[in-house]
Amino acid sequence: MPMQPILKVENLTKVFKSNGRPDFTAVDHIGFELMPGECLGLIGESGSGKSTVANLITRLTDMSEGRVLLDGRDITRLSGSALREAYRQMQMVFQTPTESFDPRHTLGDGIGESLRNFGACRAEVKKRVAALLTQCGLPAEFADRYPHQVSGGQCQRAAIARAIAIEPRLLICDEATSALDVTIQKEVIALLGRLREAMHLSILFICHDIALVQQFCDRVMVMYKGKIVEEGVPDEVIRNPKNDYTKRLIESIL
Amino acid sequence: MAEILRYDRVDIAYNGKTVITGVSFDLRPGEILGIVGESGSGKSTVIKAAMGLLGPSGQVTRGDIFYKGKDLPDLSPAEMRRLNGPELGMIFQSAGASFCPIRTVGAQLYESMTEHERVTKADFTHRACELLQKIGFEDGMRILNSYPFELSGGMQQRVGIAAAMLMNPSILFADEPTSALDVSVQKQVVEEMLLVREAFGTSIVIVTHNIGVIGAMADNVMVMKDGRMVEYGETRQVLDDPREAYTKTLMAAVPRLKR
Repeated sequence: MPMQPILKVENLTKVFKSNGRPDFTAVDHIGFELMPGECLGLIGESGSGKSTVANLITRLTDMSEGRVLLDGRDITRLSGSALREAYRQMQMVFQTPTESFDPRHTLGDGIGESLRNFGACRAEVKKRVAALLTQCGLPAEFADRYPHQVSGGQCQRAAIARAIAIEPRLLICDEATSALDVTIQKEVIALLGRLREAMHLSILFICHDIALVQQFCDRVMVMYKGKIVEEGVPDEVIRNPKNDYTKRLIESIL
Repeated sequence: MAEILRYDRVDIAYNGKTVITGVSFDLRPGEILGIVGESGSGKSTVIKAAMGLLGPSGQVTRGDIFYKGKDLPDLSPAEMRRLNGPELGMIFQSAGASFCPIRTVGAQLYESMTEHERVTKADFTHRACELLQKIGFEDGMRILNSYPFELSGGMQQRVGIAAAMLMNPSILFADEPTSALDVSVQKQVVEEMLLVREAFGTSIVIVTHNIGVIGAMADNVMVMKDGRMVEYGETRQVLDDPREAYTKTLMAAVPRLKR
């Protein structure tokens, strides 16, 4: 039996409507599959619709059309506890780590939230949070720190710890390293690589840095004006881009 | 050739706390110097000091910054105002944000120019259009009549370059001029700055964390960390064959496209 994709997206579309302005199609009928253990890159310039794709898949934005299947299950219209159940399998890491944590709560509170939501007791959560922080290369004491008390790189490690806390199968990283210095980016990428191996994670890696995608991803999709214009193995796409936009993009890299 | 700008063992402090220690370099006419480093390394502070933009809490506490024989930190605000613009130009990271949103680009460029020289509106329009054309805008008039928000991020950034170049400064300080831009636009902006040097012999100091941009345009590069210069030398040597351990770590961390 062929392997079932962990994520399958069909005909995904988002049209933003606002009064007095023409409708804007941010994501235009795209479809793709992500296999278990695979790392799929999504690249494109700003405004091409990459982040909207992430927000649609994670149901943070309502889609206009299309379907999202998580491990074979249609999550397009789930809400409430059924949607929460889906988040057990799918977690997200955002671009600005400090803003992705509640400033009034400690990192430990944020990391442990999903565990508490799924019924773990206080002592258990505390132990797990300490283990998760260590796994992500931070001292266990960081559980008591607030987001503004740690650096951007440390905060992103904590955000990764939060994302993997309930052992999801799919991680969606939306420009997860873009706000970090290159030396820190390298460490965070190494961390994601280690976790990917250890937890057999599938990753949708949204990024505008093609060189980084080439390093980290098994496959890449190029997005332009809401459509996926090219898809393939990163080395292939970079050496022999077929689409005109992809060609221009690769040529512009200094 | 004699240098146009010289930093001589410069220390800079904010609120009495030293953040830059012992920065020295020379800039020749027509030279492009890149300053790289990670966030918090002090790279922006170094060029702000030359322009007198450190703000009330910042101060050059030791050393000199010589521009054509004048020691810049010793100049009065009035003298500094006369230099900023006609002699020392500046491009910021988000040029769009440094324009006033409710006035046209043309009105703002005209104002900045009349601040420094007597110029008629017709003469200004002619010069501005000519310059805009040089940096890749075919219809300069349309740009002058636009409001900043009507231009894309890349266009705003190029207008920012035009604004700085209008008075033909001897030195252009550029603080992360391409960091907010997509790669295709980034390339345009880099090419335009190279064009500016070609056409006017302008010296450029560019501060960026983007090693690719440095490789594409700088003659010399200075690597900074924690407020100190770690390495300073010819661009190819520093990028391809770094001597210092930190530069090596930095270069190894930069993702490079394998074509």
